[in-house]
Amino acid sequence: MDGFPILSLLTFLPVLGMIIILFLPKEQSNTIKYTTLVITSLQVVFAVILLGNYNYGAGGIFEQSSFQFIEKFRWIEITGISWIGTVKVDYFMGVDGISVPMVLLTAIISFIATLSSWNIKSQLKGYFALFLLLDTGMMGVFVSLDFFLFYIFWELMLLPMYFLIGIWGGPRKEYAAIKFFIYTLFGSIFILLVMIGLYFSATETIASGERVFTFNMLALMDQTNYSPDGILSPFNPENMRLVAYIALFVGFAIKIPMFPFHTWLPDAHVEAPTPISVILAGVLLKMGTYGILRISYPMFPDITRDLMWYIALFGMVNIIYGALVALAQKDFKKLIAYSSISHMGYVLLGMASLSTTGIAGAVFQMFNHGTITAMLFLIVGVIYDRTHTRGINDFGGLANQMPVYTGFVTVAFFAAIGLPSLSGFVSEALVFVGAFGQESIRVLTMISTLGILLGAAYMLWTLQRIFFGTLPEKWNKLLDIDKREYAMFIPLTIIIIFLGIYPSAMLDIMNTSVNTLVDYVAVSFQNMQLSGF
Amino acid sequence: MDASLLTENLSYILPEIVISAALIIIVLFDLIFHNDKRIIPYLAVAGLAVAGFFIIDQFSFEGSAFATSSSANNFGMITVDNFGSFFKLFVVCVSILIVFFSFSSEEIQKTFDRLGEYYALIFGMILGMIILVSASDLILIYLALELLSLSSYVLAGFTKLRDRNSEASLKYLIFGGVSSGLMLFGISIIYGMTGTTNLYLINPLLQAPNLNLITVSFAMILIFTGIGYKISSAPFHFWTPDVYEGAPIVITAFLSVASKAAGFALLIRLIKTTFVTFTSPDGYWQLINAFDWQALLIIISIFTMTLGNFTALWQNNLKRMLAYSSIAHAGYLLLGLVVMSDQGLTAILIYFVFYALMNLGAFYIIMLIANKTGSEEIDDYTGLGSAAPFLGVSLAIFLVSLTGLPPTAGFIGKLYIFIALVDAKMIAVAIIALLNTVVSLYYYVRVLKHMYLQKSDSPKDAILPSTGQILFILILLVPTLLFGVYFTPIVTFAKNSISLLGF
Repeated sequence: MDGFPILSLLTFLPVLGMIIILFLPKEQSNTIKYTTLVITSLQVVFAVILLGNYNYGAGGIFEQSSFQFIEKFRWIEITGISWIGTVKVDYFMGVDGISVPMVLLTAIISFIATLSSWNIKSQLKGYFALFLLLDTGMMGVFVSLDFFLFYIFWELMLLPMYFLIGIWGGPRKEYAAIKFFIYTLFGSIFILLVMIGLYFSATETIASGERVFTFNMLALMDQTNYSPDGILSPFNPENMRLVAYIALFVGFAIKIPMFPFHTWLPDAHVEAPTPISVILAGVLLKMGTYGILRISYPMFPDITRDLMWYIALFGMVNIIYGALVALAQKDFKKLIAYSSISHMGYVLLGMASLSTTGIAGAVFQMFNHGTITAMLFLIVGVIYDRTHTRGINDFGGLANQMPVYTGFVTVAFFAAIGLPSLSGFVSEALVFVGAFGQESIRVLTMISTLGILLGAAYMLWTLQRIFFGTLPEKWNKLLDIDKREYAMFIPLTIIIIFLGIYPSAMLDIMNTSVNTLVDYVAVSFQNMQLSGF
Repeated sequence: MDASLLTENLSYILPEIVISAALIIIVLFDLIFHNDKRIIPYLAVAGLAVAGFFIIDQFSFEGSAFATSSSANNFGMITVDNFGSFFKLFVVCVSILIVFFSFSSEEIQKTFDRLGEYYALIFGMILGMIILVSASDLILIYLALELLSLSSYVLAGFTKLRDRNSEASLKYLIFGGVSSGLMLFGISIIYGMTGTTNLYLINPLLQAPNLNLITVSFAMILIFTGIGYKISSAPFHFWTPDVYEGAPIVITAFLSVASKAAGFALLIRLIKTTFVTFTSPDGYWQLINAFDWQALLIIISIFTMTLGNFTALWQNNLKRMLAYSSIAHAGYLLLGLVVMSDQGLTAILIYFVFYALMNLGAFYIIMLIANKTGSEEIDDYTGLGSAAPFLGVSLAIFLVSLTGLPPTAGFIGKLYIFIALVDAKMIAVAIIALLNTVVSLYYYVRVLKHMYLQKSDSPKDAILPSTGQILFILILLVPTLLFGVYFTPIVTFAKNSISLLGF
């Protein structure tokens, strides 16, 4: 695989598809759909090739040599005047054990969402063009190792998402779309500010031996690169690292979304068309937690340690609050949206433990949440397509009318509850084990376990209300799922069951990297303590 | 003054001479061949191209022309340096675009028989601007400013098609008259205190120990009134929305880009030559204590952008909205000056290049749409996304760029401003500016919402631009996207253009 730019290919393949679609005539709706399908399946193929060639033993995180499939070349280079020296930005991509699961997830979910988009009726050309642009933005975030590049991709998905919700969404689509846009932009300005602050605090040695300011994430992780007077430098007694950490965290937390920044999510989910909900829940939310692991943790190990209790606290609040609100929902899609908030809380809790078990659980939970919640939204989409209602109380007794559908629903629901032998169980168990092992957050962990109970309550209650009991007259002509819907559900079901029985398949990918990350945070924290900071 | 000295001095002002000659040729041509008015725009472009050639020739060349016999170290009325050349080239390039812009303007085409007059006035503005950006004498500055203003007063009401044209012109004239009067008063105070009007000679005199600082501050605030009016910064912005809404779109676009740039160039030159003692190696300017420019500019810039952005939220007319947005952009641009460093200055130059691209682009498309629909109301943009696909997408990109989202040039412009702020450790100001960006998103996206998210009740006629119009849009659109991902050439150019004579 040496020299083959597989990451660029994964990232920019959708842009290629978008250009093709823009040149296709509007009437050829099938060609447009199949082009998108081909592009997203190619993406899955490339992601699998990537996995096949991936070396499980390399840690990544902070050293360039153990990243894989690296592509690095100078993108922006401004030489000249002494007072800034050389400005340079690298086009720098690479993957390690934390990004590979996310790359896989993005490819799979994009493919499934394309299948789910088959029912989109109006303005197909615009829809699929924006869809593919969104795909590029998501993939780019997970493979970028340069902060500047990361930020460009991070912002790139805002606009397509705005239009996808705003044009093809439900009745309150305009409100939901602008709310999503403003919330996320509000978050990203904090990320931008911290990015600029970091830029001025650290320098990197370039090939010519000169030291220049840098956006390179790996250089920004190395404490020795920081200058004594940088505002975000640990060696500056008046540094603003705590403020910067909180700002960065808020930027990422809005995306997760973490309580109290979560209010955009239910609106966006309820109004978005099914495939966009799938993308939103499946991939977009993971960018927040991924950003924390990739940027906040290794760049601010000292403050991460100081604030771990608070991260766990917010994780706990997310779990309990999301579950309680979900219990009260009468709209099926809103219920799933709040359950999604609740389940992202486990990721936060696992990350806060700063232990290998907990963080591995968190990354695994990110992947599982991606597949399980995506499936739950597809389930809502299937029933909504047929009945044009999402009220839980409008249904009953569907199990007899749509037995196959009910089967898939049961798998997804039990996976979400965390039934052993399904993938959700493994990641939640790891999160709890990891978090319980960390004495300072043990109490929070114990409270969080209530979330499992509440999760079982709202999931089972929903199952009962929709699928058992008597079937209302008006639904006795409902058809069971068709072939296209099989094609969406089967891959996800296989992944959920397979990872439930054999979780090592995924855990092995991330293991080395998670260990490296935990070590790195611990060691650089100790180093900083030894040197008196 | 002997002949060789005169020739040398004249060689410094070749671009100005070319523009003046072009102005005279246009007037004469219009008088003599009044049946061939079609040629006039081409004459204008030719004149601008020649002037542009001489300006490029002047890069990396410094000098001062028309020194008075009393000035010891030979600083004259006109200064030639890279900074001035940058803005001259900027004005000339924007003017060439404006000439092509006028081709598609129905408002201008309706007054075809006065085309000679129109271009003569445009050239009056151009001449005023390029003298303004290189003048280093308060009297010449004032004259150039008046030349620029007088031409723009007439142009703002040029078409006389609607009442609001005349209203715009009159409002512009009254506000302009008051502020230039105040500025002249400030100039006279400075002259009274120092006995000279040359910026370079004022500099050492302001460092005198027994200076009355209150008087200096008073005079500087008065002078800033004149400049603040040109760059439409709060609280001197009141004319902007009315004039921008009332004037022909071409003139609005010209005022919002070129005239604003000339005002900024003047402000920067005034501060740098009059108040800076030296530039430290890390790029920060050491200011004379006579007047605290930084404090004034921080307040003005925050006030300007917050007011511009928040007022834009409530606008229903797109031209008026862009007027408030241009006030907000003046606020962002002032931030580059607030830091008082070479880095900030570079950021301003970069921002101006990108601002010109996206603002001209947005105005051009609004004009094409108004040509067809006769309206600039945002409500009338409902459903335009499908009626005018190319125009819709292009306008969307320009507006996104004005918001400052990657991967567009507007993001890079803002990024450099924020980089300068963070480097100067003005974090609080940077946060206010960034929050302003979030506010601005709302009103820019509102246009997109009308174009794409809402369905119009009645089907719209398709608006198909001509090939020439598409080409013009692409000339602005392609760099807007390209510089968003590869901005090296512009940044390098801006970095090489920040040197002022003597600093």
